[in-house]
Amino acid sequence: MKMMMGSSFPEEVLEHVFSFIERDKDRNAISTVCQSWYEIERWSRRRVFVGNCYAVSPLILIKRFPDVRCLELKGKPHFADFNLVPEGWGAYVSPWIAAASTAYPWLEEIRLKRMVISDDSLELISKSFKNFKVLVLSSCEGFSTEGLAAIAANCRNLRELDLRESEVEDLNQSSGHWLSHFPDNYTSLVSLNIACLNSEVSFTALERLVGRCPNLRTLRLNRAVPLDRLAILLRRAPQLVELGTGEASDLRPDVFSNLSGAFSGCKELKSLSGFWDVAPGYLPVVYPICPRLTSLNLSYAATIQSSDLIKLVSQCHNLQKLWVLDYIEDLGLEALAASCKDLRELRVFPSEPFGAEPNVLLTEQGLVSVSEGCPKLHSVLYFCRQMSNDALRTIARNRPNMTRFRLCIIEPRTPDYLNHQSLDVGFGAIVEHCKDLRRLSLSGLLTDRVFEYIGTYGKKLEMLSVAFAGDSDLGLHHVLSGCENLRKLEIRDCPFGDKALLANAAKLETMRSLWMSSCSVSFGACKLLGQKMPRLNVEVIDERGPPGSRPESCPVEKLYIYRTISGQRFDMPGFVWTKDENSALGLS
Amino acid sequence: MERSVNYGGNDLNLEATELRLGLPGSDEHEKQSYLSVRISNKRASPEVAEESSSLSNSNVSDARNGDQDSAPPAKAQVVGWPPIRSYRRNSFQQKKTEADGAGAGAGAGMYVKVSMDGAPYLRKVDLKVYKSYPMLLKALENLFKLTIGEYSEREGYNGSEFAPTYEDKDGDWMLVGDVPWDMFISTCKRLRIMKGLEARGLGCL
Repeated sequence: MKMMMGSSFPEEVLEHVFSFIERDKDRNAISTVCQSWYEIERWSRRRVFVGNCYAVSPLILIKRFPDVRCLELKGKPHFADFNLVPEGWGAYVSPWIAAASTAYPWLEEIRLKRMVISDDSLELISKSFKNFKVLVLSSCEGFSTEGLAAIAANCRNLRELDLRESEVEDLNQSSGHWLSHFPDNYTSLVSLNIACLNSEVSFTALERLVGRCPNLRTLRLNRAVPLDRLAILLRRAPQLVELGTGEASDLRPDVFSNLSGAFSGCKELKSLSGFWDVAPGYLPVVYPICPRLTSLNLSYAATIQSSDLIKLVSQCHNLQKLWVLDYIEDLGLEALAASCKDLRELRVFPSEPFGAEPNVLLTEQGLVSVSEGCPKLHSVLYFCRQMSNDALRTIARNRPNMTRFRLCIIEPRTPDYLNHQSLDVGFGAIVEHCKDLRRLSLSGLLTDRVFEYIGTYGKKLEMLSVAFAGDSDLGLHHVLSGCENLRKLEIRDCPFGDKALLANAAKLETMRSLWMSSCSVSFGACKLLGQKMPRLNVEVIDERGPPGSRPESCPVEKLYIYRTISGQRFDMPGFVWTKDENSALGLS
Repeated sequence: MERSVNYGGNDLNLEATELRLGLPGSDEHEKQSYLSVRISNKRASPEVAEESSSLSNSNVSDARNGDQDSAPPAKAQVVGWPPIRSYRRNSFQQKKTEADGAGAGAGAGMYVKVSMDGAPYLRKVDLKVYKSYPMLLKALENLFKLTIGEYSEREGYNGSEFAPTYEDKDGDWMLVGDVPWDMFISTCKRLRIMKGLEARGLGCL
């Protein structure tokens, strides 16, 4: 491309202009304007998000963006959350850390989701990046408190350490006192989330840390911190904005009054979580906070029942986000609808997901009430045991602004409980009316019809989760051919086979990934797809041994297809098969 | 300590090795024991790796491929359903076990890692699926394709070079089978199948 020398801005000016542009999509657009813009943009990109760590290699990333300060990576497929991805599948972050340690000395932030990170990597991070500020490990595993000790000891500028829902090995040998590895002159902590840690942390170290960090605004404690200790921490950090409590099963009047006093000093508190095993008698200590709360996560509070929940939420007039157990029941959701007019996001989790019979009075009605009463509600995750097309239609009409709708009817293939038909038209109404819907999870009895609706109306849909649904390949075909913006598709236990997949092969290159397990895709089709589409990795996950030892028409257990510009990965375990594996060709 | 489980070959639950399809309405207990055995007659090769998580897949696909008009399948545990994160499940399990003692909750999942000396890959098993030691041991044998041998109180596991051990809440490594089953599932943090001398040493404690 020719550069118009006379009319172009100096590089510095362009760089300054680009510095106001932050969204990846916009930055990507800028980089395609011309060669010089591409160059300026790539040198000035500071924040990179890699949605699939195998879609690109560290080398390619570094080559294109030489000065990244914030790196975000995602690893395993979403269904790994539900134990559908065997241990050892991959998503190891160490090659990325190793590469970044030399290429990005000024790296400040690392955010990982569903990845495996070792203590060695944590130590390397702590020693390689002098200005390291933010470490977020979301649903990660592979590390222990030893690694955390290294981070604490060496990251002088650390602001944020967030271990949300990761699996951390508590090494008793390191005496659980990794917290005491923060030096005495370390004062920059802003956010600490250790809610996932199972065993005790040294309370003295915690108290001293909290006391000397004046900018601390987020503190999510783990279960092992009892309420009487919490009061001490709150008095040390009355400036907290977000708090996660530990457990509190014994109701003691002295603890109660101490805690009340402590909470009354916290004038900035806007978000609460934790509440494991909390004796309901303690709840009044947070009543003064309720009017200011915008976020409340009670989804682990298995001891708080409907009436206490109602008392609580009725005072939270500014609530925007609520995560709660189904103990809230329809009545509680009605109260929520009446009191919380600013509600944007609701998640209702099942208290007894494996029970055969309902244990609470929570039905589709609760969701309908909230959809009626909360005009800003746009994000829903709802577990229940019955649903009707009428209810879904009502919800759709009430909330055309819905962007995320995830419904899980606990028993697979449950029909409309009123007329015993499929829920096709109900979900059809959702996709038809909610024109900005980006994420959808289906459940209940569903035929190919629902996929026809989704393909027809789901034009903005980016992520779709399907389980125990559909009749034939036509269902899959509707989705792949109709949903123009589809990025992630995950399917389990559906009768989808080779035809739809092969007919829509090109579509797969426009998506981040496709997961299919317990479906009817044959190994032969997987091989063919892998051969025809070099920019896709077609991974067959099968623990029964080499697919070559079975007929090619035999369906595979699990299938994960993703686009990539770095070819086959080299860290595949023995139960992952691709077209290149010798064993996949029948040799054992 | 009172022993609530018995070992020795003649006490093994032979139904666990019976290969048959679970029909709707079949006995709940039988359903559970059936789940721990792979239906190998569906696969071309008899020598297939057996893994407990895939079992439920075949269970579900059996239900699907079977007679469409039959009654809905009996309540078997389908892997990964309902879609609740194991993090959340294990949180509940902790609470329920503490509350109910030996009662054990409504069947929430309880995933623990299983490693075997010499094997490169870890597995995860859901302890709640197995109602007894023989079932768990059988599943481990299938998972890693080995024989564990017979247990005796005095001599540990005889008859093979493998011994199943577990790490409990206090961080101690114990031989699987030393404590009653209910106590085991509430204290077991992870499993390790030891091999060779180490295994024999443990058995002789």
